[in-house]
Amino acid sequence: MSAALSSIQIGQTVTVSSIDDSVIKPKLIEMGLVKGKELIVLFKAPFGDPIAVDVQGYILSLRLDEAALIQVETPIFA
Amino acid sequence: MNIALIGNPNTGKSSVFNLLTGLRQHVGNFPGVTVDKKTGNIDIGGLNCTIVDLPGTYSIYPRSADEEVVYTVLSNQENEEYPDKVIVVVDASNLERNLFLFSQIYDLGIPVIMALNMTDIAQRKGISIRLDELEKAFPGAVIVPMNARVGLGKDRLIDALSIQQSTDQWQAFLPEHHLAPITDLKEQEREAEARYLKITSLFSAVVHLEQPKTKSISAIDKWLVHPIFGYVFFATILLVIFQFIFAFASIPMDFIDVAFTAFSGWSANVLPEGVLTDLISEGIIPGIGGVIVFVPQIAILFFFLALLEESGYLARVVFIMDRLMRPLGLNGKSVVPLLSSVACAIPGIMATRTISDWKERIITILVSPLMSCSARIPVYTLLIALVIPNERVLGILNLQGLVLFGLYALGLLSALVVAAVLKGIIRSKDRGYLLLELPSYKAPQWRNVGVTVWEKIRVFIMDAGKVILAISIVLWALASYGPGDSMEKSAARVEREAKTQGLSTQKTEQMIASEKLKHSYIGRMGKAIEPLISPIGYDWKIGISLITSFAAREVFVGSLATIYAVQDEGEENKRLIDRLRAEKNRDGSPVYSIASGVSLMIFYVYAMQCMATLAVVKRETKSWKWPFIQVAFMGLLAYVGALIAFNLLS
Repeated sequence: MSAALSSIQIGQTVTVSSIDDSVIKPKLIEMGLVKGKELIVLFKAPFGDPIAVDVQGYILSLRLDEAALIQVETPIFA
Repeated sequence: MNIALIGNPNTGKSSVFNLLTGLRQHVGNFPGVTVDKKTGNIDIGGLNCTIVDLPGTYSIYPRSADEEVVYTVLSNQENEEYPDKVIVVVDASNLERNLFLFSQIYDLGIPVIMALNMTDIAQRKGISIRLDELEKAFPGAVIVPMNARVGLGKDRLIDALSIQQSTDQWQAFLPEHHLAPITDLKEQEREAEARYLKITSLFSAVVHLEQPKTKSISAIDKWLVHPIFGYVFFATILLVIFQFIFAFASIPMDFIDVAFTAFSGWSANVLPEGVLTDLISEGIIPGIGGVIVFVPQIAILFFFLALLEESGYLARVVFIMDRLMRPLGLNGKSVVPLLSSVACAIPGIMATRTISDWKERIITILVSPLMSCSARIPVYTLLIALVIPNERVLGILNLQGLVLFGLYALGLLSALVVAAVLKGIIRSKDRGYLLLELPSYKAPQWRNVGVTVWEKIRVFIMDAGKVILAISIVLWALASYGPGDSMEKSAARVEREAKTQGLSTQKTEQMIASEKLKHSYIGRMGKAIEPLISPIGYDWKIGISLITSFAAREVFVGSLATIYAVQDEGEENKRLIDRLRAEKNRDGSPVYSIASGVSLMIFYVYAMQCMATLAVVKRETKSWKWPFIQVAFMGLLAYVGALIAFNLLS
């Protein structure tokens, strides 16, 4: 199932499928958010924004505005 | 030989820089940009080499103004900064993302050394790296495993720098690739995707993970970003910092004050009488004292900030504060500068460096001086004691304390409101965003902390200090000289009068000083601005004090004492207050009424009367435009605020 990273719950593992076109798209890719990268939403700031995501090797925090640009695949549960 | 040092943020790049150069560093400017250029010298095999510490970045393509320097320096071989060798600091515990920048630099074809840093943390995380595979992927590059925090690998790095690196074996990591223009985002995107594809396949050959990665919040973060405890912890940290700044900075500050006063008096005694001696003892020495006196506050604040930064906690502060600051056009990183400004705006503004977004940084710099700093306290306390009755309200609250609290609250509220307004006014081509790495927690490294503190002090003294000294000399000249011989004449007249009245020498001296100040250029200026300030309830004597307090706000009290020819008695000021109470307007009403007193307090909440802050703003924004804007808008707020208060209360 496809969704934006901003809507993912804490603890869920997802994989990056695409990034919406924007000025910060190249920056997001450079930070390691490439297609197929496995991400885990680790925790959120009070008020739910920004969020902290494990990007395999480091923790990246980003605002919900930025997370909304990142389309991810969530595993389908049986 | 020119060596460039480059790396991702949080890779220990500054540890490597400090390790190589020790304290042989200096801070300059990259031509044409507002970025500090940190350089250091190192002796390699008898050859004196210069190391340039380039701003930390995740990519050669700039995503912020600071990072543009990296591209400018590395993209053009004609550039005089173009390095002969590049050291790329790489975090071994996070190799995949770090190899991205490394491979970009490698592909430029410059001789490159990989300082594979933080090998200890990688080991602890169960990461083992096959150096032979890494070397095979980047032929011609030298790889030096190191742990800069404990000084491990320094000799190997220096050895690597001393060998002649040939580029014969060099083979592009990403073949058929050319450095894209800064503006060609599409090409940069394509390159980034292709590069990561290659890195990911290399990564599985190079890195072996012994343990599965942790997939949940760490125990420390569970507490430090907690919706309640996270803020409580941050508030506690702030309280400790303020306690140190307020309570302990005053000890060295008083000492500096006393020492410079004594030095000034001593120089006046030993040097031959004359204009030059006056300039030295009354202009230059107190001017230098006025610069040095800020050093304890700067040192304490940056000591703590460096500790928080080094430990990895500061990124968490940004994380929990960002959402609260955003509606105001500010950033989570604005919190520390704003709160530091309650002690003193100078270290506060110097601390805005960490804000990468230009607009959010400018707004933070512009509103920081609205926070009531410690130099306003003497002014507030004098005025409150003068016009606010010492009564209780609602049975328990002391009215004077309530007013003092109100002045602080007014400053804070105004800073936030002005920030929100500026957010709508200032145009920026960048859309503000926050992409911040939350580094792993580490024990702070004392050497880095020490270097940071030392550097901040040096930059303040060398850059801002020059401006402060120049302005204090000008102010001294304006207060010591007057047009024609009117100053001498009136001083002589007062002296005669005092003699006939049989006054004490001390009283006579006070009266002469008062008379001289009134007839000096500053005195004339005070009288000249009277038509402007009488609508807000001030006479020309207050006008003089307003002008002199441009040197520092607390000078207001001393100036009043000089004008009214009473001894400045420090905090008590009993005699000064009695004298001020007796002061009457021509119509018999008191000069210092509730209306004019509150008007003055409000004026001091808003007015930008601090040349030291202006000098720092100039230094941080590298332009006189912003300090001028600051003087203008704060002056306007001060005048309008005082006008409203005076008219409402009179």
